[in-house]
Amino acid sequence: MLTATEISRIEHELQQVPVKKAAVIEALKIVQEQRRWVSDENVEDIATLLDMSADEVDSVATFYNLIFRRPVGRHVILLCDSISCWVMGYEGLRSKLMELLQVKYGQTTQDGRFTLLPNACLGCCDRAPALMVDNDLYRDLKVDEIESILMKYE
Amino acid sequence: MTEAPLTGHIKDGETLDLRAYEAIGGYQALRKVMQEMTPQEVTALVKESNLRGRGGAGFSTGMKWSFVPMDGKGPKYLICNADEMEPGTFKDRWLLEGNPHQLIEGMIISAYAIQADISFVFMRWAYKEAAAIMRKALSEAYAAGYLGSNILGKDYHLEMHLHTGVGRYMCGEETALLNSLEGKRATPRAKPPFPQISGLFGRPTIVNNVETLSFIPHIMNKGVAWFQSLSRTGDGGTKIYGVSGRVNKPGAWELPMGVTVRELLEEYAGGMQNGYGFRGALPGGASTDFLTTEHLDVPMDFTAIAAAGSRLGTGTMVVLDDHTCPVGFVHNLEHFFAQESCGFCTPCREGLPWTEKILYALEQGHGTTADLEQLDLHTRWLGPGNTFCALAPGAMEPLQSALKYFREDFERHVHEKKCPYGNHSH
Repeated sequence: MLTATEISRIEHELQQVPVKKAAVIEALKIVQEQRRWVSDENVEDIATLLDMSADEVDSVATFYNLIFRRPVGRHVILLCDSISCWVMGYEGLRSKLMELLQVKYGQTTQDGRFTLLPNACLGCCDRAPALMVDNDLYRDLKVDEIESILMKYE
Repeated sequence: MTEAPLTGHIKDGETLDLRAYEAIGGYQALRKVMQEMTPQEVTALVKESNLRGRGGAGFSTGMKWSFVPMDGKGPKYLICNADEMEPGTFKDRWLLEGNPHQLIEGMIISAYAIQADISFVFMRWAYKEAAAIMRKALSEAYAAGYLGSNILGKDYHLEMHLHTGVGRYMCGEETALLNSLEGKRATPRAKPPFPQISGLFGRPTIVNNVETLSFIPHIMNKGVAWFQSLSRTGDGGTKIYGVSGRVNKPGAWELPMGVTVRELLEEYAGGMQNGYGFRGALPGGASTDFLTTEHLDVPMDFTAIAAAGSRLGTGTMVVLDDHTCPVGFVHNLEHFFAQESCGFCTPCREGLPWTEKILYALEQGHGTTADLEQLDLHTRWLGPGNTFCALAPGAMEPLQSALKYFREDFERHVHEKKCPYGNHSH
């Protein structure tokens, strides 16, 4: 069940678009903002609101990299693995993160604190290597800074 | 100091708010346009300036606008493509975070030229700070009467919205961007019809890049001769160039169109880091052909870079140094392209993962001479004319030029059965 807040926010988005379907990405974003990921049940509820089939909603949800269809941790780490970060040696950060968190890409730490994901170019190539934790961008990173960055997130 | 109309007023790490922008002459171009110019005159001026799109394709902006039908009823759209996601590209972020009103003013004037009713800034997910800055700037612009009904007393109405994406390189392709805005998967559309005739929700639509639109107010204020005088070559204006990789001072700079590769590398990026040598560079993002030491004196404009066998693309250069494996470098690029392919057309969906796997095998020392032939074939099979959009042909540009310029490195991987550089794992 979507909450009253989610429904009213989605209905607000519906007023901005000429056809209901056009609000589906906004609806997915709204649901994920509240719950951190989008469940099968959420997909069905969004479909009902927008007069779409659940499969149609899911085809959109699964297309985009940053709509999560599986549970994620309280914080999501997005490590840039694109060309400038690769040239500047992002793999050291990757190893350190995997070692500290004891996870591989796509996995969540046992305490549910972090999910680690690779991400395409974050658009700060002059200050590579880079990563994001939730909405926070970190640049010019060195391996020995990783631990103190992680400590900021509960 | 060269003139830098787009970025000269941006102080490092600061944003020009409405008041600061107006204090340096902001929104004067919009006033002038609303008081003195017809939409057709605006388009004609932009066409005459020969402003070419800064998003990668380099198409004439005024020409693009001139295809929009000016009669008929129903909404028209103007969209700013701020989905900057070409690996190695970080120029639009500077403009979005530093001077959002310059972009908004450029968008209002451009929307007026095609008589658009609604406009969107389509911004990539990762640009959190830019999105917050743009939201604030849009509400300032509405409050000041630059957006909404009767703009500056003229019978012209424009709404402008910010749309933040949910991550997919394909959204940068203009027809895929339109599908995404319609709430669909970001797959490309068949052309024709072109978006100028049938775009968002089947209505006439123009999609332009951030840097392109940011130039519009300056062209209105100062004219065609001034715009062309900024450049050293026939392609007018300044250009935001960037350099990343093993250089001393990676960064972005607004410079006269046509500075050379050597000037960018040595004067602006401070040369290669100590102990590293230059082997080549992608001049304009991941989907451009390598340039090498023989191209150091090529001017970085659309025409000269094309004559050198590559593309200016976004103008942000990624440097390949002599400690980094060219095969590994291209493997990283093809991994990106294979992952970001929308899967809509077969050559791209099947060919890119195949390409990536071959490159991976080469890096692991499992490659054969037949694999190199396969790569050569792929650069043709996935080339222009065989795929639905430009993603796969773009992906083949660094590969085909790497096979040409760094052939010996590919062959060494086969013969030595390992990566001779050995410094990167995958």
